[in-house]
Amino acid sequence: MNLTLHIALTHVRNRARQTLVAMAGVATGVGFSIMMAALMQGSQEDFIKTLVDALPHIAISDDLREPTLQPADTAYAAAEIHGLTPNVRRRGIKNPMATIDALRSWVPGALTPSVQSKAIIRFAGRNRSVSIIGIEPRSEATVSNLAVKMRQGTLASLYRANNAIILGDRLAEKLGARINSNVTLATTGDVNLTATVVGMFHSGFRMTDENSGYVLLKTAQILENQTGLVNEIRVRTNDPMAARLIAERIGAETGYKSISWQESQEDLLSTIQIRNILMYTIVGAILLVASFGTYNIISTITHEKTRDIAIMKSLGLRSQTVRRIFLIEALIIGLAGAMIGWVLGYLLCRGLGSLEFKTPFSDSNRMAISYSWVHYGLATAIALISSLVAGYLPARKAARLHPVDIIRGAT
Amino acid sequence: MSGRDGMRAPLIEARHVSRVLRETVPVTLVRDITLAIGEREFVAITGPSGSGKSSLLYLLGLLDLPSEGEVLIEGRSTAHMDDDERAAVRLARLGFVFQFHFLLPEFTITENVALPMRALGRLTEAEITARAEELLASLGLADHRAKTPDGLSGGQRQRVAVARALANDPLVILADEPTGNLDSKSTAQVFAILRDLVDQHGKTVVAVTHDLNLAARMDRRIEIVDGAIASDLRAEPA
Repeated sequence: MNLTLHIALTHVRNRARQTLVAMAGVATGVGFSIMMAALMQGSQEDFIKTLVDALPHIAISDDLREPTLQPADTAYAAAEIHGLTPNVRRRGIKNPMATIDALRSWVPGALTPSVQSKAIIRFAGRNRSVSIIGIEPRSEATVSNLAVKMRQGTLASLYRANNAIILGDRLAEKLGARINSNVTLATTGDVNLTATVVGMFHSGFRMTDENSGYVLLKTAQILENQTGLVNEIRVRTNDPMAARLIAERIGAETGYKSISWQESQEDLLSTIQIRNILMYTIVGAILLVASFGTYNIISTITHEKTRDIAIMKSLGLRSQTVRRIFLIEALIIGLAGAMIGWVLGYLLCRGLGSLEFKTPFSDSNRMAISYSWVHYGLATAIALISSLVAGYLPARKAARLHPVDIIRGAT
Repeated sequence: MSGRDGMRAPLIEARHVSRVLRETVPVTLVRDITLAIGEREFVAITGPSGSGKSSLLYLLGLLDLPSEGEVLIEGRSTAHMDDDERAAVRLARLGFVFQFHFLLPEFTITENVALPMRALGRLTEAEITARAEELLASLGLADHRAKTPDGLSGGQRQRVAVARALANDPLVILADEPTGNLDSKSTAQVFAILRDLVDQHGKTVVAVTHDLNLAARMDRRIEIVDGAIASDLRAEPA
């Protein structure tokens, strides 16, 4: 066995209790780091997956990014014009089907027209404000997972009756409505119509399930009092992560407001980023605290071994050999601690993954855990680096020791 | 190695060596010492406590740096050597025996003796172990080779220290009060070993001692007083 490794192993072995405490510190740091990373990434992936599945990846609405210029703005070089009444724009996307056809030629994914409307739903004396979405059942299945989220009925059930509606299951529950119940929809435009409940869906998002209903495109157009209206084109891209770039191009080509799921959920995504920064800060702090233990043990060993260091140097061992001995000791503690930490981290992940709980926001009743070698590698790398740094300072001190100072003091 | 006149250079040579500790009040440990120690010499460095005899030994053994002057090993100046170069000379050319044996307590005596050889790296592990055991056996410690220093008497530990000093087959053994901590029987044993190293194995031994009886039995006696050489006497050939 290599001399430095032999000496380092002997030092570490002969201080089993102190070494184990230092290893336990590193193991705890690594274990909890792995658990935190697995938990955070798992919940993030689960959240994004649910979000991406539930929402259209891109929503093209009839709003404009920038307000249109008034004719007076273009006719006069005035600094400011007062008292103008804005042009009344006809609602909806112009030539929606032609626009969809044009987009289909290059957008990698599926598109469908829809109508977004707001209404008051009445049933059995109960009123609720809801979002009504007019859809084409055949193409809807290509842009959302509504079809597989149906609890009762199918998307095709919308063709079963005049003015059919599919309700979120929580909304139906709050209203007391069941299949074949007739509910009344009233809009701010004084449109009232009676719709028959033909199905119920459960998206997993409480807000959606409590406040949404789907009707046929033409039914929503009646509610909006405008035949042929399409005020939103919904897009599902083949690669959800490419939605932002595609949305920008659509916006530039059509002039309409085109919002990717990333943009619409920007607040949530930035919250996730902040959460990740917090997580890595906490993980770093845990490992930093663990490295104090390593520093402590290496420092103690070098202090206890001052005489031995002097002996070795007087015999002719070079400073870098002495430094290497103590760095190897730190590495042994870091590596062994990290390996114990792997087991601890894995067991913590398994334990957390098996816990059942209820969340008010979604259906998931288990912690989403992401198992990745990256977490293990990252925690180990940080543990080893912090152990080496913790070991370097006392090792350097040991290497700089002048043997004659110790020998003179001992004799 | 040969000098300019064709004579072999001394194994260790000190030229106007002084050592001053730069403290609040500077302390002079060694004052302008010039001496040369050749092959097969058995040298005693004597003097009262605090006279600077151990300090001189540390300077000759490259454990300490002179404030002035220079130390030459086999004719080669060590004045411009860095720590690692001096360590390399100590490892390969010099052997040390200290008053308090200075063995590593967590290692067996075989491992202690093997340590300088392993650091030098010229022999295989098997050769190192064989040589360590052979050295221990030659000093009457064959039965103790698997023990740690704690399991040995003071005299036995000092013999292990001698074995370790001989590990890399140096030409010079520097001993600082090698018998200072031993009873008379062990003192006699250790002295006999050192004498044997000179007479039978051609080594040079430089030993600091305050035991004048012991010093009287050595071939050359250098007396240090107040950090300077007071006398340098050679025994008459028997």
